[in-house]
Amino acid sequence: MAAIELRRLTKVYPGGVKALDALDLVIPDGEFFALLGPSGCGKTTLLRTIAGLETATGGAVVIGDRDVTSVQPGGRDIAMVFQDYALFPHMDVTDNVAYPLRIKKVAKAERHRRAGEVAARLGLERLMDRRPGQLSGGQQQRVALARVMATQAQAFLFDEPLSNLDARLRLEARTFLKKLQRELGVTTVFVTHDQAEALAMADRMAVMEAGVIRQIGTPAEVFQRPANTFVAGFIGSTPMNLLDAVVRGDTLEVAGCAVPVPDAAAGLLADGEKVVYGVRPEYNAYAPKPADGSSEGALAGKVVIVENLGASHLVTLDVNDVTVQAVVPEGSEPAVGDEGFAAPRRDRALVYRDGELVTR
Amino acid sequence: MTRFVLGRIGFYTLIAVLLAFFTIPLLWLASAPLTSDPTYEVRVPDFTFDNFQAILEHPYALPSLYNSLLLSVGTALLVVALSALAAYALSRVRLPGRDALLYALLLLSSIITGTAAMVPLFQLAVELGLIDSQLGLILILSGGLLPAAIFMLKDFMDSTPKSYEESARVFGASPLQIVAHVVVPLVRPGLATIAVWAVANVWGNFLMPYLLLSDVEKQPAAVIMYTLYTEGGQANLRLLSTFGLLYSVPVVLMYLFVSKKYGFRFHGGIKR
Repeated sequence: MAAIELRRLTKVYPGGVKALDALDLVIPDGEFFALLGPSGCGKTTLLRTIAGLETATGGAVVIGDRDVTSVQPGGRDIAMVFQDYALFPHMDVTDNVAYPLRIKKVAKAERHRRAGEVAARLGLERLMDRRPGQLSGGQQQRVALARVMATQAQAFLFDEPLSNLDARLRLEARTFLKKLQRELGVTTVFVTHDQAEALAMADRMAVMEAGVIRQIGTPAEVFQRPANTFVAGFIGSTPMNLLDAVVRGDTLEVAGCAVPVPDAAAGLLADGEKVVYGVRPEYNAYAPKPADGSSEGALAGKVVIVENLGASHLVTLDVNDVTVQAVVPEGSEPAVGDEGFAAPRRDRALVYRDGELVTR
Repeated sequence: MTRFVLGRIGFYTLIAVLLAFFTIPLLWLASAPLTSDPTYEVRVPDFTFDNFQAILEHPYALPSLYNSLLLSVGTALLVVALSALAAYALSRVRLPGRDALLYALLLLSSIITGTAAMVPLFQLAVELGLIDSQLGLILILSGGLLPAAIFMLKDFMDSTPKSYEESARVFGASPLQIVAHVVVPLVRPGLATIAVWAVANVWGNFLMPYLLLSDVEKQPAAVIMYTLYTEGGQANLRLLSTFGLLYSVPVVLMYLFVSKKYGFRFHGGIKR
C-alpha cells in the first residue's frame, strides 16, 4: 500500500495540446479517489500518466516513497483495470487472473492456486474454465478486478470501471466496488465522467477541466460548496441555478427579486457589485404561496415545466424571464401555469465572484 | 410471364456453361489418372492404378513433392515470422512516412514481380553463392511475399485493441512477452491466412525454382511437372494427370484444414 503524489505534473502532446497543466495532488494511502470531469478534460491522460503508459512532459509521479516518473509501467507496482477490461480473449479466467503472476515467473501450480483464491473471493469459482467471450459484462468486470488483485500491487487504477455495464448493473457494481476497495484498503484512483458515480464511491475527488484540477475535496464538500461555477454546473444530477445578481446592501437583486445574502458570503460583498448567485434546486424550497404572506426573500414566478424525478419533481419557474429550478417532494407538485415562489436556503446558497466562490 | 421464364432459362443456361467451363478440367483431373490410356477428353475411367504405379517409379516425382513441401513450408514460416514482427512494429509505432513506406513497398513488389526482376535476382543469387540452393530460393521467395504479407497483417494488428497490450505492459510484460502471449494469439487467424497464402504461392511457383535450381533432385513438383514427356516428345498424359492430382491434393487438404480451424476471417482478430 502506498500514497500517490503528483508534483507539477505536466503532459503536452506532440502538436502542443496541453492535457495536464502543472498538477499537484496527494492521494493518501488507502484512499478511494475519483478523477471526475467532462470528456477531454485530461482525466484519462492523468491516470495513464500515473500508470506510466504516457510519459510526463514535466513534473514527477511519486508512488510510496519512490519517484517513478521515468520508470516503466511494469516497474511501478501498480495495477490497472481498463475501460474495456482488456481480458485476454484467448485465455480462460484462470489464465487471465494468473497472468500477472506468470510475468513474475511464479510456478504454474502456485499461480493457479492463487488465482483460484482471488477469484473465489469475487464469486468466480464456477467460471474458471470460461473464456471472456462466454462471460456477462458484470462477470468480465469481476475477472478484471480479480486480475488486478492477484498482482498485490501498491495501488490500483480504474479507467471508467462502470461505463461498460448497463444501468441496473452499474448501481450494483458501484456498491460492490466501494465495499471491495474498503476491504482491500489499497489506494485506488478511478476515472469517471459520471458525477453521480464519483459522489457515490469516492472518499475524495478531483474535478478537472482542460488539464487543470478545479476542485479537490470530499463528495460532500464538492456537492455543497463547489469552488467555482464550472464545478457548480458539473456536479449534481440537476444543475445548480446560477443567476446573475447585483449586491444591494444586505440583499441580492436576482431576476428582479430580492434575496438575502447567503451566510457563506455575509460581510464579503461590496454594495453594487455584480456577482453570480448559486443555489441547487434541492436547496430551493418551492411554495405555491409565500411562507409568511410576503414574497420577501423568495423568487416569484410562473411554473413552466414540471419533470418527474420519481420520488420528487423538478419544477422550472420563469422568474421575470430568468429560469429558476426547484425540487419539490412528490404529492405537492404544482401544475404548469401556476404562480409559485422559490425560497433558496440561506445556509446553502452561494455567491460566485468572477466564477470563484466567495467564502471566508 | 413468358419473358420471365425465358429470362430464367437463359440465365441458367449461362450458369451451366460457365460451370462446365470450370468443372470439366476438374473432372478430367479426377478421371484421367484412373484411366489406362487418357486423352484430352473426359471419359468414364476404368479404375486402373497403373498410372499411380508409374508415378511412384518415376525417380523425381515423389522427391519433388517433398521439395515443394520443404520450400513452401520454409518460406511460409519465414514470411509469417518476419511479417508478424514488422507488421506489429509498423502498426504500433508512429513513424513519419510509415503509410507511404508501406504503399511504396506494396506497389513496388507488385509491379516488379519475380518475372520482371528475374535477371537481377539470378545475378544476385550467383554473387551470393545461393544458386542451386533451396535456402537461397526460400530467401528470395520470402522477399517477394513479405511486402504484401506485412501489409495484410498490419491490417489485422490495427484492428486489435491496444488495451490488451497496455494491460500486459502494466503487469510488467516485456515487448517480446507481449508479442508472444498476447499479440500472436490475438492475430492467429491472420497469421494462418498469411501462412496458407504463402504456401499456396510457393507451391504454384514455377519460374523462380526453374531459374535458380538446376539440380533436378532439388526441384519442386511444379518444375518436375514440366519434364513429364514421352520418349516421342509428346506430353505424357498418364503421368501428367496422375502427378497433377497428387500435386493438388496437399493444397486442397491444407485449405480444408485451415478453413475448418480458423474460418478465414479476414479481419478483427478475436473480439469479445
